[in-house]
Amino acid sequence: MQEYLTTLLGGAEGLALEVGYLLGMLAFGAIVVFGFILPVAGITSWLERRVWARMQSRIGPNRVGPFGFLQWLADGLKNLLKEDVIPTAVDPRLFRIAPYVVVVGFVAAFVAVPFGANLIIADLNIGILYVTAATSLVVVGILIAGWSSNNKWSMLGGIRSATQIVSYEIPAGLGIFPVVLLSGTLSMQGIIEAQGWQPWNWHMFHSPFALAAFLLFFVSALAEGNRTPFDLPEAESELVAGFATEYSGMRMLLFFLAEWGNLYLIGALMATLYMGGWQVPPFTENAVLLGVAQFLSIFLKSCFWVFVAMWIRATLPRVRVDQLMTLCWKYLVPIGLVCVLGTAVTMVVAPEGILGLRFAMFGLVVLVIANFFRRVVFHLRRAKGMGWTIAG
Amino acid sequence: MRVYFHNIWISLATAFEGMSITFSHLFRKPYTVQYPDRIAVRVQDTLPYRYRGILEVDLEICTGCLACERACPIDCIRIDAKKDMQTKEMLLNRFDIDMAKCMYCGLCSEPCPTGSIHHTREFEGSDYSLESLVKRFVKVPVPAYKPKKSGEDDPAILPILERGMRYIDEFADPDDGSGA
Repeated sequence: MQEYLTTLLGGAEGLALEVGYLLGMLAFGAIVVFGFILPVAGITSWLERRVWARMQSRIGPNRVGPFGFLQWLADGLKNLLKEDVIPTAVDPRLFRIAPYVVVVGFVAAFVAVPFGANLIIADLNIGILYVTAATSLVVVGILIAGWSSNNKWSMLGGIRSATQIVSYEIPAGLGIFPVVLLSGTLSMQGIIEAQGWQPWNWHMFHSPFALAAFLLFFVSALAEGNRTPFDLPEAESELVAGFATEYSGMRMLLFFLAEWGNLYLIGALMATLYMGGWQVPPFTENAVLLGVAQFLSIFLKSCFWVFVAMWIRATLPRVRVDQLMTLCWKYLVPIGLVCVLGTAVTMVVAPEGILGLRFAMFGLVVLVIANFFRRVVFHLRRAKGMGWTIAG
Repeated sequence: MRVYFHNIWISLATAFEGMSITFSHLFRKPYTVQYPDRIAVRVQDTLPYRYRGILEVDLEICTGCLACERACPIDCIRIDAKKDMQTKEMLLNRFDIDMAKCMYCGLCSEPCPTGSIHHTREFEGSDYSLESLVKRFVKVPVPAYKPKKSGEDDPAILPILERGMRYIDEFADPDDGSGA
């Protein structure tokens, strides 16, 4: 993007250049936010309800538009038209600002998220560090929301969120380190370029340690995104709606916008760090076609992880607070340290990587997936025996 | 140490198994019944014949005997029946049932000699006001039903009579009737 802007502002100099640059970046940011993040977050909300419903033998929203697809627009419109309630007992200034902090936190992270070889707002040389730092802003917003609501449920939700996000930053960071070691850079584009389009050339298959770090990062990212099974801050059965209890209308929706948007962010990070990002086989010389293919490549990989997150939400029960902390400090952090060390040792032993090991890891994952579908077929057969109707 | 690794293994294996079950649900048909509009058969039509829904009165076969009014434990039925001195006929001036009060006990339909007052299978009674739940069956005063001495009934009311008698038979012997 910077290159395009520079050529666009070719003749300008001095202050004009600075202002033009700033406005151009703002315009690009706005395009990405309104043209991509908002629809993606909205559609995610619809998709989540559909997927979740189907996994519980329900149908889910299916009335607004084909398959209920326009449900997210209807919900957005409804919440926009609602009264903006500020309870009298809250701290009004903090109460108002909290949703914005949360949204800024997650939107800012998209600055460094790649959509293609040339499609990135800013390819920062500290890209992944920046993303982790920007998403940490979310916890500040949630804590503000919990505190300013002047409500014990909100307060507990905010505190839980803070402990959770701050704790899981560490395993998430440890999950990122192996990739940084392997790529030798923090830049998002650099990390992707260090991988190949072939699955076995992805970072996740580099060694058993990378594979473990990959899972570790996903679990930590779920916890950081306040997703089930780590959605303690908004545990309905215990805390009403956690930090969002006192919020209504659009302000509440902004929290959920951040949550659903975060889901795509998690997917994009998984794709970028471990799954080869936008890498596609060099099948054409056409730059536009290649760009579309690259976008689809990273988009579909991200969407897969979004689906997995929904799927986990439909499967696993919420953990307790002590279990959450046990998982983080007793399991994820030591495993993460072993992963970092193991990757470093592998790199010292074989700087070029071991192709046999890559194929072995790839084969292992393929086997696990095959076994998974075997189990699915088994459960379908059993369900049929118990009188379920199996849809095509 | 063994417990530690066992825990890791257990959490991975159980999550794997659980996720395979939830994934298999994507290929199963949902159980949801999309009441009221997207169902093959109206719910009302799937209910048994003797289902105690909203009350209905067939004035054509009402004898004006007031048995239902007396049977009602909460007095939600109100009947005004008067003998016309000139024609020597019972004249029904009013037959109101307050469905807001009705508790669907079915005591009114049991003593009815012709099965005129009976429960339907209709249950969707929501309305905007309590007043509109008072069902007024008599719009203009009508003569009450009286079996002809000759035993011949007006062919127009024969099907209604038949339905009424079937309703009574159902009460007498629930297993015998041709319940829907």
